[in-house]
Amino acid sequence: MWRRINALMIKEFLALLKDKRSRVVVIVPPLVQLLIFGYAATFDLNRIPFAVYNEDPGLASRELVARFAGAPNFHQVATPSSDAEIAPLVDSQRALMVLHIGPEFSRDLAAGRPGAVQVIVDGRNSNTAAILLGYVTTIADGFNADWMRQTGGAVTARLEVRAWFNPNLESRWFLVPGIVGLLTLLVTTLVTSLSVAREREQGTFDQLLVTPFRPVEILIGKALPGFIIGFGELTAIVIIATLWFQVPLRGELSTLYAGLFLFLFSSLGVGLMISSLAVTQQQGLLGAFLFMVPSVMLSGFATPIANMPLWMQHVTLINPLRYFLVIIRGVFLQGTPFHMLASQFWPMAAIGLVNLTIAGFLFRRRLY
Amino acid sequence: MSALSRMRLRGLVRKEFYQILRDPSSIAIAFLLPVFLLLIFGYGISLDAEHVPVAVVVEQPDVETASLAARFSGSSYFAPVFLSDLGEAENALRERRVNAIVHLQQDFSRRLRRTDGAPIQLIVNGTDANTARLVIGYVQGAWQTWLEQRAAESGVTPGTPLRIDQRVWFNSELRSRNYLVPGLIAIIMTLIGALLTALVMAREWERGTMEALMVTPVTMGEVLLGKLVPYFLLGLGSMALSVAMGLWLFKVPLLGSPWLLFGVSALYLLAALGMGLLISTVAKNQFVAGMVAIITTFLPAFLLSGFIFDIGSMPTVVQVITRFLPARYFVASLQTLFLAGNVWSVILPNIAALTVFALLFLGTSRCLMHKRLE
Repeated sequence: MWRRINALMIKEFLALLKDKRSRVVVIVPPLVQLLIFGYAATFDLNRIPFAVYNEDPGLASRELVARFAGAPNFHQVATPSSDAEIAPLVDSQRALMVLHIGPEFSRDLAAGRPGAVQVIVDGRNSNTAAILLGYVTTIADGFNADWMRQTGGAVTARLEVRAWFNPNLESRWFLVPGIVGLLTLLVTTLVTSLSVAREREQGTFDQLLVTPFRPVEILIGKALPGFIIGFGELTAIVIIATLWFQVPLRGELSTLYAGLFLFLFSSLGVGLMISSLAVTQQQGLLGAFLFMVPSVMLSGFATPIANMPLWMQHVTLINPLRYFLVIIRGVFLQGTPFHMLASQFWPMAAIGLVNLTIAGFLFRRRLY
Repeated sequence: MSALSRMRLRGLVRKEFYQILRDPSSIAIAFLLPVFLLLIFGYGISLDAEHVPVAVVVEQPDVETASLAARFSGSSYFAPVFLSDLGEAENALRERRVNAIVHLQQDFSRRLRRTDGAPIQLIVNGTDANTARLVIGYVQGAWQTWLEQRAAESGVTPGTPLRIDQRVWFNSELRSRNYLVPGLIAIIMTLIGALLTALVMAREWERGTMEALMVTPVTMGEVLLGKLVPYFLLGLGSMALSVAMGLWLFKVPLLGSPWLLFGVSALYLLAALGMGLLISTVAKNQFVAGMVAIITTFLPAFLLSGFIFDIGSMPTVVQVITRFLPARYFVASLQTLFLAGNVWSVILPNIAALTVFALLFLGTSRCLMHKRLE
């Protein structure tokens, strides 16, 4: 049995790697993409273009402006001198935020009244806007605390914030392990989903069926190349994530690889299932797409699953990437031990088994 | 080479239409895919965190801590769990049962009266930095309102000297769906445009029908147009469907002109289809064409177009790379057209860029198509 599987596997590898273009397409893009996306995917804003319209000649307003201008993630681009100049700045996206200080600001503060400052934010990207407002609040809090200290007012309660597992709240630490899952899914699904469809279209699948191969053997022979390629690429990507992007790897490698093994198993299962359903390569490609795009978007990669409506959260339970992301982030950032991740392991095994069974069944039945 | 012949072109277009109609997968790409994707993503993708599970640890309950804790139980942003032991809360944080811990120490009320104030300890799970930051913002809000409420009750001057009066333009409620849906339409059109055409040329090469076409009098320009016209119409249909869903199902406001939206979309569709045709022409092999189409469209459109991650915050090298992505210009145009209106200073440069891409892709495809066997 293993001799036959071996032969099929060698043939699959040859089919995949003999053509120079398809060889390049399978191996190079994931590595290049990790580098580009690793830098691109971040929710942190580090150069917020902002404008200041300061009508107040007082000291307090100057100090407030200095706090914004001095903050590392703010970058002053304009100083409008009338209300009418504000709208064009925001409309044309030259400034993401406008700080408007009224003429009474310093006087109000000196008199012990609260001084109001208007902050206008471009809400076209509401997430950026929300993050920006968070930065503004932090700066305002710092200003308030210092002002009260100088004027001898009493502080009542202060907030002390600590972030576990990611002290500087770098979203890159969260997103780069996610990209590892994303790219692995991309490669394995593509490699397997077209493998049976191609043989069907070229008519060689009929020949395969009349050989002494049993469906299980065909299944294994078709799955193993994707498995090996996926494993190799994942290892390379994990190395880049830790050494190049400096994402801390705090947990056990064995836990990571256990998760990886099951994730490859489940995504190959889905890929082969799609492939055995498809008659043409176009259908196979479409199927791979229909599986992959929602899997990525609904995996919790960029937007948390907890924000979805409840029925949608239940839908995500059949998505293998969802479980793998929990595992890889847990192992990377939190050092989560194996036993705490058990609830993430078995669903992937189940998804893989169900899909492979269906694929094996379809090999036999779907012949035309 | 003869000039374009309308009769030949009509024949090619008709043949392509038959092929589309008889293989249901193209129709599915054009009409079922956008509905399916927009439904899933419109509901599934949200950055608005509500009912965040938070552990509130009060070591010694009294009036002060009760009024602060009430700020958490009364807010729709939090789903608080009240505990009395920090160790228990830390375990919950480790097991991801809560996202954050608000910790009030034993001497909280006593230290409130001292000049240096009492600390409110906030521990967040920083794994998901974006959510962590939102949670910190929410807690800051709860803390500030509590301070103001206390100050008002005791009659002293308001607690904060500086008050921020925030105005969010174009999307005052910060509804993330309002900006995600236009971006999603852009991503969906990228996928559809490239998917529809990526395989068509490669398929003709692979099946040998390209050779059959070569012995006919059709020119390569006609072949290209014959492929482009049916898929362009199909793409426009699916664009209209997506916009309709965005407006009526997801209630995203459209402040700009519908005609301008139509124009920009048509232009983008030409660029996306042109990219698919170019891939297909170069690859000549359905497997490679499919791989390249997926790799160059979906993830770049998702991650590099400004759909979700801010382009201005990327390193300069990556920002330069995004300039070569047609999706980037389309996402920017759509977000502005939907939420801000006809802002010409944003729209015109984007239209110019899209025109360049459409011409570039279609022109290059035309140049690379030779009536010649290798």
